[in-house]
Amino acid sequence: MKQPICMRKGHAREFLANIRKEWRLYVLLAPMVIWFCMWAYKPMVGLLIAFKRFDPIDGIFGSEFTGFDNFFNLMEGVNKTEFWQAFRNTFIISAYSLVFGFPVPIILALLFSEMNNEVARKITQTVTYLPHFLSEVTITGIVLMLVYNGVNSTGVIAQFLINSGWISPDASIMQQAQYFRPLYVITGIWKESGYNSIVYFAAIMGISPALYEALKVDGGNKFQEIRYVTIPGMAPTLIIMIIMRIGKMLTIGYERVLLLYNANIYVTADVLSTFEQRIGILSGNYGTGAASSLFNSLIAFVLVIGANTISRNVSRTSLW
Amino acid sequence: MERLSRSEIVFKVFAYALVILFSAMALYPLLYAFSVSVSGKVAYESGQIVLLPKDVTLKAYRMVLLDKGFWISYTNTLFYTVLGTAWSMAISLPGAYALQCRRLMFSRQWNFFLVLTMWFSAGMIPLYLNYKGMGITDRWGIVIAFGIQAYNIILLRNYFSSIPKELEEAAIVDGANEFQLFGKVYLPMSKASIATVTLFYAISRWNGYYWSRILIANSFEQPLQVYLRQLIENYQKMYDESVVVLDYSADSLAYAIIVCSIVPVLVVYPYIQKYFTRGVNLGGVKG
Repeated sequence: MKQPICMRKGHAREFLANIRKEWRLYVLLAPMVIWFCMWAYKPMVGLLIAFKRFDPIDGIFGSEFTGFDNFFNLMEGVNKTEFWQAFRNTFIISAYSLVFGFPVPIILALLFSEMNNEVARKITQTVTYLPHFLSEVTITGIVLMLVYNGVNSTGVIAQFLINSGWISPDASIMQQAQYFRPLYVITGIWKESGYNSIVYFAAIMGISPALYEALKVDGGNKFQEIRYVTIPGMAPTLIIMIIMRIGKMLTIGYERVLLLYNANIYVTADVLSTFEQRIGILSGNYGTGAASSLFNSLIAFVLVIGANTISRNVSRTSLW
Repeated sequence: MERLSRSEIVFKVFAYALVILFSAMALYPLLYAFSVSVSGKVAYESGQIVLLPKDVTLKAYRMVLLDKGFWISYTNTLFYTVLGTAWSMAISLPGAYALQCRRLMFSRQWNFFLVLTMWFSAGMIPLYLNYKGMGITDRWGIVIAFGIQAYNIILLRNYFSSIPKELEEAAIVDGANEFQLFGKVYLPMSKASIATVTLFYAISRWNGYYWSRILIANSFEQPLQVYLRQLIENYQKMYDESVVVLDYSADSLAYAIIVCSIVPVLVVYPYIQKYFTRGVNLGGVKG
C-alpha cells in the first residue's frame, strides 16, 4: 500500500513515537539526510538569488529583492545573444546525442547477443566498456590531440580527414564552429556506447527462449525475430532509458564541453552550464547566472515529468 | 548442433564483424596514444605512426616521471580517492539500509527526498555559492562535500531489500538491535554490491576534475586530473623549456602524460569490470 506524499494530522505524534522507539534506525538515516540537506537542498534555497540583486556580503536572504529583473536581464539584456545561443546549443547538442547516440548501444547489445562464442563476447564487451571509465580530461585530451592540425604536427584523425579531402589542409578543426557538434557527439558515442549497452544486453538475455522457438516453428527469419520478439521484449528498458535521457537533456556533460571548446567556437559549442560558469563564476554576475540555472533546472524537471507521464499513459511503463 | 537458417548465418557474420570493428574503434585512440608516446621525433613528425610505435624511446616518460608536480597531484588523487570513497560509503550504506527498512516511518517520503536530487539540481551557480559560503576550499572540503550519489544509494537499497526478511526476523528474535541487524546481517550478505558501489565511487573520485579546479585555492592540493589538464594545455611550453635537444616530439610528451594517468585504471579494470556490469544490472534503473 502506498502512503500519500503529504502528511495527515496526527502523523506528527505518531512519527515522534516512531523516532523514540526506533531511534537507532534514524541514527543510521540521519547522516545521509543531513548530507543531502547541506549539499543538495540548501543550494536549491540559494536559487532565490535568481530574484535578487545578489551581494555576497548581505548573503542570500539579505540581498535586495528585484523580482524578475535577472530574467529580463538574461533574456533581453546585454547577454541575451549569448544566452539564447547557449540555450539553442544545449537543445541541439542534446538532440543530436539522442538521435545518433541512443540507438548505438541498443544495436551493440543486439550484436553482442548474437555472439555464441562466450570468450569473444566477453573480450569485446570488456574492450568497449573501457572508455567509460576514463576521465573526461583524459578523453578530451586524446581527442584534442587527434584532431589537432598545427604547424609542428597533425593528429592522425585530422590527417585522415585531410587525406580523404573532407577538410582542407589549413583548416583547424577545433577553431571552426561547424565541427564542434559532430565531434562532441562522436566522442560521447565512443565513450559511452559500450557501457550503455550493458542494460540492453541484460534485457535481451531476459527474454524467454520459448518465444524465439515459437517464432522459428512459425517459420520466422532472423529479422522478423528481432522485429517481433527482441524489440518488444526490451521495450520497458528502452522506455525507461529514454525517459532518463530526456530528463537529463539539459544537463549535458558540461565538463566535456568545457574541456573541448574555446572562445572561437562559442557559436555552436557554448551550452547553458558553460555560459553560467562564465557569467556567474568567472564574471561574478551571480544573479543572472542563477536565473539561467533556475530556468535550466525547471525545463529539465518539466521534461522528465512530461516524458514519464506520456509513457505511463501510452505504455504503462514509468519511472515512478 | 542445430542447423542455422540462411538469414541467421548472414546475421551472425555481420554481428561478429561489426562488434570487432567497434571494439577496434574503442581501443584505437588509446593504442595510438601509447604508440606516439614511445616513438621518436622524426618518425612521428613525418607521419609514420599510424598504429605501432617506431624508434622506441621512453624518454618522454622520464620527463613526466621526473616532474615533481606530477607526483604531488598523484598523491593528492590517492588521498581524494581513498578518503572520499570511505566517506561516501560511510554515509550511503546506513542510509540505504534505513530507506528500505519497514520500521521506518514515512519511508516513501524519505525515498522521494533522495530520488528528487537525481532529477532536480540547484544548478551551477547556487552550488558554487553554497560551496564558497560553507568554506570548501581545501582537500577535506572536497572529500566531505562531494561524491555522494543518489543513484548509488538506490543500488544499495534495492540490494538490501532483496535480502530475505526471514533472516532479519530470526536475528530480531535473538535480540539483535538495529545496529546489529545492519552490521551483522545485512552488510556481510551484500559484499558484492558493496564492492560494486565502492568501485563506482572510487572511479568517480579518481576522475573528478571540475569542482576541484574551481574551488581548491592551493595548487599543491590539486588532484591529478587538474594537473593533467594543465599539462595538456602547456606541454608545448614544458617541451620548449627543456635544456637539452629532445629526440621525441612535444606530442609524445603530451601522450605520455595521458598514458600515465590511465595506467592505474587499466591495471585494475580487468579485475573490476565484472562488478560494474553486475552493478548496473542488480539495481535496475527505477527509483
